[in-house]
Amino acid sequence: MLRLDYAEYEALRAHGEETYPNECCGVLLGKSESGNGNHVSAIVRAGNTRTDSAHNRYNIAPIELVRIQREARGRGLDIVGFYHSHPDHPAQWSPTDFAEAHWLGCSYVITSVEQGKAVLTNSFQLLGTGEDDKQFHDESIEINLAATKAQAQEGNE
Amino acid sequence: MKIHIPTPLRTYTGGQETVTVSGTTVNGALEQLTTTYPELKSNLFTADGKLRSFVNVYLNDDDIRYLPEKEAAPTNENDELTIIPSIAGGCCL
Repeated sequence: MLRLDYAEYEALRAHGEETYPNECCGVLLGKSESGNGNHVSAIVRAGNTRTDSAHNRYNIAPIELVRIQREARGRGLDIVGFYHSHPDHPAQWSPTDFAEAHWLGCSYVITSVEQGKAVLTNSFQLLGTGEDDKQFHDESIEINLAATKAQAQEGNE
Repeated sequence: MKIHIPTPLRTYTGGQETVTVSGTTVNGALEQLTTTYPELKSNLFTADGKLRSFVNVYLNDDDIRYLPEKEAAPTNENDELTIIPSIAGGCCL
């Protein structure tokens, strides 16, 4: 299971709408909960370096990942997943997504964006022990609405 | 020097995010790392000992593939190595 606050869920979907018709990408920071999925505390937007084919490919520059991992470490967080969008394509992992997935245990979140509007968001956890037996597993997403309500109440006080 | 381990590979370092080694080159540091944690080796290197194509290794902010000395680049105790698997994909053909 992937757990995240509503604000983060909305933010990653909005990112896909902003970059449409190109793919967006970003990193999920948080903690992996043993046997209980990944808990996201923050999302970090990343640039898509695949400017040659940004409508159907994404790549995050490794140096950007190094810096994001460094930032996460400073905040006591880990990289627990990634997100990207599929412009005018289903929110399902593709053969390219699978071939390029190497972060075992992490969540790969995909949002379909149809005609500029975010539609469906799915998450897949990459499981296995290595390249030979890795598999994407469908993963449920639990959205924490309580945090949103609490923030709204604070705003009203 | 410190080597930072990405989330998926911490399974093989007893959960440690940072491992301290004493190598004087990038190769030496990685060798010490994989000697201490042998299960890491096949995740980092191919059978013929080359770094896997999707595994990036940074010496501080520099990709070692682009350093003049590459894996033989010298290191000192204040340097930091970061192992970072690549992230890429895309929706369709």
